[in-house]
Amino acid sequence: MLPGAEILIKCLEKEDVEVIFGYPGGAALEIFDALRKSTQIRQILNRHEQGAAHAANGYARASGKVGVCLATSGPGATNLVTGIATAYMDSIPIVFITGQVSTSMVGTDAFQEVDITGISDPITKHNYLVKDARQIPRVVKEAFYIAKSGRPGPVLIDILKDVCADTIEWEECTNIELRGYKPKVTGHLGQIKQVSELIQEARRPIICAGGGVVSAGASAELLQLAEAQRIPVCNTLMGIGSIPQNHPLALGMLGTYGLAVPNMAVQQCDLFIALGMRFDDRVTGNTDKFAPGARIVHIDIDAAEIGKNVRVDVPLVGDLKVVLNQLNTRIQKKKNIQWWQEIDALKEKYLHEIIPAAAELSAVEVLTGLNGVLPTNAIVTTDVGQHQIWAAQLLEMKTPRSFISSGGLGTMGYGIPAALGAQIARSEHPVIVITGDGSFQMGLPELGTALEQELPLKVLLLNNQTLGMVKQLQDNYCESRYTAVHFKKNPDFQSIARAYGALGLKVTKREELLEKVKQFVQYPGFVILEVIVSNKDNVYPVVLTGGGLHEMTGLGKDEDE
Amino acid sequence: MRHTLAVLVENSPGVLSHVAGLFARRGYNIESLVVGETEDQTVSRITLVVEGDEKVIEQVGKQLNKQVEVIKVNDITNEEMVERQLLLLKVGADPSTRQDIMQLVEIFRCRIVDIGRRSLIVEATGDEEKIQAIVKSLQPYGIQELVRTGKVAMVRGQK
Repeated sequence: MLPGAEILIKCLEKEDVEVIFGYPGGAALEIFDALRKSTQIRQILNRHEQGAAHAANGYARASGKVGVCLATSGPGATNLVTGIATAYMDSIPIVFITGQVSTSMVGTDAFQEVDITGISDPITKHNYLVKDARQIPRVVKEAFYIAKSGRPGPVLIDILKDVCADTIEWEECTNIELRGYKPKVTGHLGQIKQVSELIQEARRPIICAGGGVVSAGASAELLQLAEAQRIPVCNTLMGIGSIPQNHPLALGMLGTYGLAVPNMAVQQCDLFIALGMRFDDRVTGNTDKFAPGARIVHIDIDAAEIGKNVRVDVPLVGDLKVVLNQLNTRIQKKKNIQWWQEIDALKEKYLHEIIPAAAELSAVEVLTGLNGVLPTNAIVTTDVGQHQIWAAQLLEMKTPRSFISSGGLGTMGYGIPAALGAQIARSEHPVIVITGDGSFQMGLPELGTALEQELPLKVLLLNNQTLGMVKQLQDNYCESRYTAVHFKKNPDFQSIARAYGALGLKVTKREELLEKVKQFVQYPGFVILEVIVSNKDNVYPVVLTGGGLHEMTGLGKDEDE
Repeated sequence: MRHTLAVLVENSPGVLSHVAGLFARRGYNIESLVVGETEDQTVSRITLVVEGDEKVIEQVGKQLNKQVEVIKVNDITNEEMVERQLLLLKVGADPSTRQDIMQLVEIFRCRIVDIGRRSLIVEATGDEEKIQAIVKSLQPYGIQELVRTGKVAMVRGQK
């Protein structure tokens, strides 16, 4: 006979859980008490539930395993909401467990009671309210299966306090039957044939690799397809690293904040092969103007994504790794020579070296400098804003799961906690956070977790005293009338570094930049490098609202100054 | 166009709110929704009438299918089917009009299920058209209260 909470922990152990990120509280008392006894599970005490959620996210993304996050009822649960939504938008497998008030108190507006299954319904793949301890083994088993299978995503388990205390006989759940949930793995043969014919016929094909390539572990299959016919590959923000960014076939990030070359190429292509991506508006620009001359093949595990945002000529639903393998057996070699001449012409036209002109340092030259000394096994997390876009454009990530950024939800304050999760998952890899002074102050509490866990995080803080991306939006859409984007006062970030036991480095002049960046990357411990950068730079070129991908503003060399 | 969807779901708490929530947040319009147990106690059947073009209905179907508790979605709009709604209607009736109303009720093959001093309650089942017709013909007598279910539907023959 065991109490529900101990059964819960045993079930988590059966799912090979090694780490739980979380924050305790009254309704989760029994669960934390049971967790104390586990020798398998390492419990990380975060500084805020949202930080715990993002840490579980970073852990899941770096490791490829299901992240686990534990919080109490009421505010503990609501503090998770942004983290759950972040995971949902980026299809990250996380099991969230929340304590809930006791059965007798449910529905009475009891202290710290909130209907978290109701609140989280639109942002979870599935959720459970556990009212009986006997349900725990099945619910945990189902939750992990649902979180990681098909299109991955967050699942929430809300457990009543008295259920955690109830003592019952533990019966392990070995078999689950979900008749309403049967992810499709293998691609439809007729469609495979159609797609392979389209690829064979295409004269100007392009592949767009999304986050699905990363989550399906299909990078090798993607490369095989691309290399067989020398098909250029662009990527979404979530697809970074699915192909080495310095690969000769790689064009870089597509989208309204993407690079000119892939954007122009997509508008000229005659076959757009979408792999594990969902045609987000930041990727397509104006959908009416998207890839006007192209047939569109959409390969995704989620049937509901097909045809949701853009017309699709051939859909193909299934697990990318499996489907690409099916496809690759049918693909013959081809070189697309003429197409590459066109692409090389685009490169000629739009790729030019960035020569710093202003007296002030630009974030772009800092990130270019970082790229030059980035260890090949580095994992980079970012926050959200201009620094994120520049990092996504400039850093040459070489492996999947090495670039971790909040794509769909665009959650500021994500970078630092995600990095600590990634560092815990991959202790041997250097983990670098790229952040701005706005985002840094949202993620700041989790520096405490990094300190406590003795994690050698490397935080690159691009300080421009400005919420740069919002400022840019105000430049583009409010005729540069700035509101609430300039911080008149910021804390002394060097003191913060000291307070959290990190080495503080600071760069204000161009001459110091490369040396300090090198020192930063090579430092074996917790380090924060603050670089004072200009707040005048904008991410250019860019596609403004309503524009097609080819209608980029700020393309010329001189325009963006 | 209006579509009729027959949706089989797990008969467990919270399913209806998941489905209704999905419609609300994706901006789909539910015209009517009826839910009840089926021949299998663990399965409920939701009959949904949804307004939307082909693209919207396709998304509705896919999004419903994505729900873990949704077992099967069938768009039966173009099938040969039997469809029924239930109507309860309280109509004003004094001795001078009572006979007329009873005649109408007879013609439509519905029933009077309660007689009050100044009103009658009429119960009717039928498809959308019939229900509309009954309501329209009883309107002149003064409808005091009206309640109707959404539509339930079943495909004819062996399916």
